[in-house]
Amino acid sequence: MRLKVIDSQRCVGCQSCMFACSRRFGQAGLANTCMNVVSAGGMSKGFKVIVCRACKEPPCAKACPVDALLVNPKGGVKLKSELCVGCKNCIDACILGAIQWNEETAKPLACIQCGFCIKYCPHHVLELVEH
Amino acid sequence: MKVENSFSKILYIDLSKMKFSVEERYDLFSKYLGGTGVATQLLKENCKEGADPLSEDNALILAVSPFAGVFPLASKTVAMFKSPLTGDLGESHAGGRSAVAIRSTGYGAIVITGKSSSPVYISIHNGKVRFRNAYTLWGMRSCFQAGAIIRERESGSGIRAIMRIGKSGENGVAYSAVTTETYRHFGRLGMGAVMGSKNLKALVVSGKNSIPLADKKLYREVYNEIYDAAVKSDVMKKYHDIGTSGNVLSLQKIGALPTRNLQEGKFENAKEIDGVHIAEHYLGRRVACAHCPVGCIHIANIREPHPNEPYFYKTAQVSYDYELLFALGSMLGIGDEKGMLKLIDEVEAYCLDAMSTGVVLAWATEMFEKGLINKDHLNGIELKWGDAETYEKAVEYIVEQPNDFYKALAKGVAHASKIYGGEDFALAFGKNEMPGYHTGPGCHIGYAIGTRHSHLCNAGYSLDQKMIVDGTKETPQSIVDSLMKEEKWRQILSSLNLCFFARGIYTMDVIKRGLKSVGFDLTEEEINSIGEQVYAEKYSFKFREGFSFADQKWPKRIFETKSPSIEFDSKFMDEALAYAEKKIRELL
Repeated sequence: MRLKVIDSQRCVGCQSCMFACSRRFGQAGLANTCMNVVSAGGMSKGFKVIVCRACKEPPCAKACPVDALLVNPKGGVKLKSELCVGCKNCIDACILGAIQWNEETAKPLACIQCGFCIKYCPHHVLELVEH
Repeated sequence: MKVENSFSKILYIDLSKMKFSVEERYDLFSKYLGGTGVATQLLKENCKEGADPLSEDNALILAVSPFAGVFPLASKTVAMFKSPLTGDLGESHAGGRSAVAIRSTGYGAIVITGKSSSPVYISIHNGKVRFRNAYTLWGMRSCFQAGAIIRERESGSGIRAIMRIGKSGENGVAYSAVTTETYRHFGRLGMGAVMGSKNLKALVVSGKNSIPLADKKLYREVYNEIYDAAVKSDVMKKYHDIGTSGNVLSLQKIGALPTRNLQEGKFENAKEIDGVHIAEHYLGRRVACAHCPVGCIHIANIREPHPNEPYFYKTAQVSYDYELLFALGSMLGIGDEKGMLKLIDEVEAYCLDAMSTGVVLAWATEMFEKGLINKDHLNGIELKWGDAETYEKAVEYIVEQPNDFYKALAKGVAHASKIYGGEDFALAFGKNEMPGYHTGPGCHIGYAIGTRHSHLCNAGYSLDQKMIVDGTKETPQSIVDSLMKEEKWRQILSSLNLCFFARGIYTMDVIKRGLKSVGFDLTEEEINSIGEQVYAEKYSFKFREGFSFADQKWPKRIFETKSPSIEFDSKFMDEALAYAEKKIRELL
């Protein structure tokens, strides 16, 4: 399964999804969120909901010099943190901006398509679909 | 990281020296939680006694709490400063992304003192502070533009707050606001002018610090309870569907909608400016503060044709709430909703407080109507009820202050009426212009004795409503007792950055367990006692800065225009004031 943005025009920018994602790690705040909701050029223009599309041939993994991003045959990646050298090549490679960054660990954050965020979207902006 | 270290660091910024420092102040957070409680202490410590509010001696405090970035609806940063409008305590709350951003950048509070020698803005990303030259932003007509420029230059997209002033703040208007995330405001008591006087155009904050918890299991439990109550129950419905703007018709129905400077309590065009009508014809989008699933911010789209070119339009996105519809609608007799929305947009661009602006203009209109001032005072314009276009011009003059009359208007209606007369219909309480409720003695006493003049909800309105519905008769003493009790509780809510719209969700039990999950093991008695202490501390600052109950005067107009609740006169109201003073002094 992969995460899909049904309609970003319905997003109110509450970021409950981002908080949910980060909460999986037993912390509050946004340090570990694997997604981002940003205004589309100021709040008046609505929001962009940036999530990983679970590419089958992910550019982020291709750009990784140490193969720290393992590719799921069905699509998407999983970070092997102990291999990662924190070069940020994966962040540059994803033109969606779907790879996030943890300032404290200095490692990237990649969505694992678990769908936990969906439970906390009050306006049904997100869903899980088959690859 | 220890839980307490994640919220108890305070960032001190001295604009005179262009220096900053960080101090651990768990002593304050352990005693007063955060938000209002901590900000009050920091104001006492950092604002010099007797300071001129528009000088380097004033301090500006922004405080968050152990709940910010942790629980939904804990979105309201508390700002405190000495108010240029009232000369005493200035407290203002705003949401947007500010509270989550300040907490996530690693600070529990930010204290800004001194004065920069030239315009600057401050950026704080992941706790790192930079002073930026803001010379080219100064004097820009619209604070939307200033925000857009800073947005392009700074990092932190999605997680940052951009708190900025407009031209009204630069020019020292005593009720200028600070706008954050385009549609949220630190409104009312002149925080914009305080920043302007420090040559501080904006404050940009972002960060992504992790926030540790004391009890993860309990946290998840309390979190889900709050989240479900916010999205699945009816508690928040009135805020997200039509929003507070539906109050226009509710108040109209009972005759409590201040109209044409409160000469009446009913407005013949109430339906046109009510939230239902605006939602049906203009509502374009709803947005939310960070970490609030409710999404109560309503934005209207207004399309305007170009005056000289066919098929050429511009579309403005204007946020509206009840208070704006009252102040820039019924209070000015404006029943043409499009004209009203355009006027709101103008007020927002200048970053003025909408309520004070509306009340000031309503007073000026009545003064002109009665012949107490003339066209020269008004710099050549003629104010007329319902004439939205002329009011737009008047708003510009309040900001630009081309003559003595507008200079006086820029200091508030209490100040202006002292010079030009018309005090009987200058609708201010403790020098702060009235909000949009003329429901009875409860709301007016609430405006006068409330410690959060920035906020309108002081429980007085609901006391009045209760009297209307149940036919009960409160006394001056019973009203004061109820208001003080509620006000003490609300110190807890604001000390935890909670949006008052969520007060139905955040019960004592929820707060107690929530606090436990972040490392505060407090009993109900202890929590209540903090509320009472914060309340008393705020009054002690007010008294320190010269607030006196003896100076409080009731504008006669509130007795002349009948309200739907019980009859009340000045004797009733004075009795309430005397009793409130006695009860408050007992706490100090």
